[in-house]
Amino acid sequence: MSQLRTDLSTNIKTISSRKKVVMKNIAGFLFISPWLIGFIGFVIGPMIASFYLSFTSYDMLTSAKWVGLKNYISMFTDDPRFWKALIVTLKFVVIAVPLKLAFALFVAMLFNTSHKGQGLYSTIYYVPSILGGSVAVAVMWRLLFGRDGAVNAMLEGVGLGIITTDWINSPDYALSVIILLIVWQFGAPMLIFLAGLKNIPKELYEAAAVDGAGFISRFIKITIPMLTPVIFFNLVMQTIHGFMIFTQGYLITGGGPLDETLFFSLYLYESAFEYFKMGYASAMAWIMLLIIAFFTAVIFKTSKSWVYYESEGGR
Amino acid sequence: MKEKINSITYHTFVILFGFAMLYPIIWLIVSSLKQDSEIFANAASLLITSFEFENYTKGWQGSGGQGFDVFFRNSAFVTTFVVIGTLFSSSLVAFGFARIDFKFRKLLFACLLATVMLPMQVTLIPQYILFHNLGWVNTYLPLIVPAFVGGIPFFIFLMIQFIRGIPRELDEAAVMDGCSYFGIFWRIVLPLCKPALITVTIFSFMWTWDDFFAPLIYLNESRLFTVSLGLNMFADPDTMTQWGPLLAMSSLSLLPQIILFLFCQKYLVDGMATTGLK
Repeated sequence: MSQLRTDLSTNIKTISSRKKVVMKNIAGFLFISPWLIGFIGFVIGPMIASFYLSFTSYDMLTSAKWVGLKNYISMFTDDPRFWKALIVTLKFVVIAVPLKLAFALFVAMLFNTSHKGQGLYSTIYYVPSILGGSVAVAVMWRLLFGRDGAVNAMLEGVGLGIITTDWINSPDYALSVIILLIVWQFGAPMLIFLAGLKNIPKELYEAAAVDGAGFISRFIKITIPMLTPVIFFNLVMQTIHGFMIFTQGYLITGGGPLDETLFFSLYLYESAFEYFKMGYASAMAWIMLLIIAFFTAVIFKTSKSWVYYESEGGR
Repeated sequence: MKEKINSITYHTFVILFGFAMLYPIIWLIVSSLKQDSEIFANAASLLITSFEFENYTKGWQGSGGQGFDVFFRNSAFVTTFVVIGTLFSSSLVAFGFARIDFKFRKLLFACLLATVMLPMQVTLIPQYILFHNLGWVNTYLPLIVPAFVGGIPFFIFLMIQFIRGIPRELDEAAVMDGCSYFGIFWRIVLPLCKPALITVTIFSFMWTWDDFFAPLIYLNESRLFTVSLGLNMFADPDTMTQWGPLLAMSSLSLLPQIILFLFCQKYLVDGMATTGLK
């Protein structure tokens, strides 16, 4: 009898705890259901569709026609503008990202001193970054660097009238003008660097100062190694964002002159929404994903040799 | 004494450098108050001889038959719904991931993280085709609906990080009192999430307000244009002859973001420093 009773009670217990698990699963899925719907409907579904489309020729008017690897092959063998877009984007990322990070680190160090008013200063320095990719900023940049713009007026003012040019429409300088805009918006990595700098123990610097280390050797031997995890994070994020640049190229230079600012996503946009080559553009998107994945993987792989994690006691 | 000189050098440098940083924005606003003929006559100058508010009244009329009142209203509409949708989806989903130990949670969380990194170009074209077939082109649905289904996973991620910081004892106490999961979410976790919700609001406002790409693709009728599209149409170099009104409307379009930043910079800076994205 008592045996039966304990059996019964454990049975009830397992039933109720099983019921609890089921309830938990239902509740969990209900809570994440908005994202799950979006993930399936707007991410996984489209990704599969995009992969399929990349093997087709599709203009949205007639139905998609299977062409096999043709899109991928003609991209690399038969489309000089694709190569141009690839080179321009790589050039942009390789120049703009390190410049932006160096600049952000410089400003962060400026604000990591004992002087007063740094909260206010960092706010001011951050303003350009909140305006990000807005059309107004693009308009402003176009006018500043135009033939009659403020930049040329300033150069003339200081007697450098000889180097003035139509920056936006010059194949030699158009890309630099956009790089300058991106570097100008250094706020996000700057704040992350600042948080990283504040985490470096002061004792390290004090000890180094006692040993007679100057500013430069302290910077190279303490600041940089201690910051490597933050540098790594910023490098990954900015590289990914860099490859996706669109708005600035579209609005400021329109990809020109002579395709010198034809960023990858700009060419992708043109292919899809101006020429309605949806299959080709889908193939481009996958190449873009591969390139970004490749660069991210390289940064992750090499990080083992240059990122210093204190908790692991060294490299 | 040396300290003082040091301090003066520092502040002078930082202020001058900061001024150089802000110069383009100051230039934009100052030039928008200049007379048309004056803007490029002395392009670099920040001095105004006579204030010209006419640029604003002229610019407000817009172009393509639509005034900027329409564009601002459209942007306000889209931004409001995107912010509401983002708050809705990010808080619910984050609670699910942070607090409930359901089946496949780890796997799905990995998917969420992967989508944070996914370039939108990969899903762009099928999404466009999908919305096109649903008849959503030239409506605001393609801009708004994704926000309600966690379209920007970054926000979910941000909320998860925050909710994980809230002590679990509070939940357990509520369970003792017979509170349901939704009760815990609504009555305990959500009120404590206020700072994170404000951060999400600000970020999603900022990103939606100046978003150019999605409106560019999905909105083709000028009566539906958001401020960024309206400004782009207004700035068309082929038809544009009046610089003053263009600069005036450009300045005006930045105003909501600048105001929001100045009032809520603490939340923005904290959010940026802890999660560091954009």
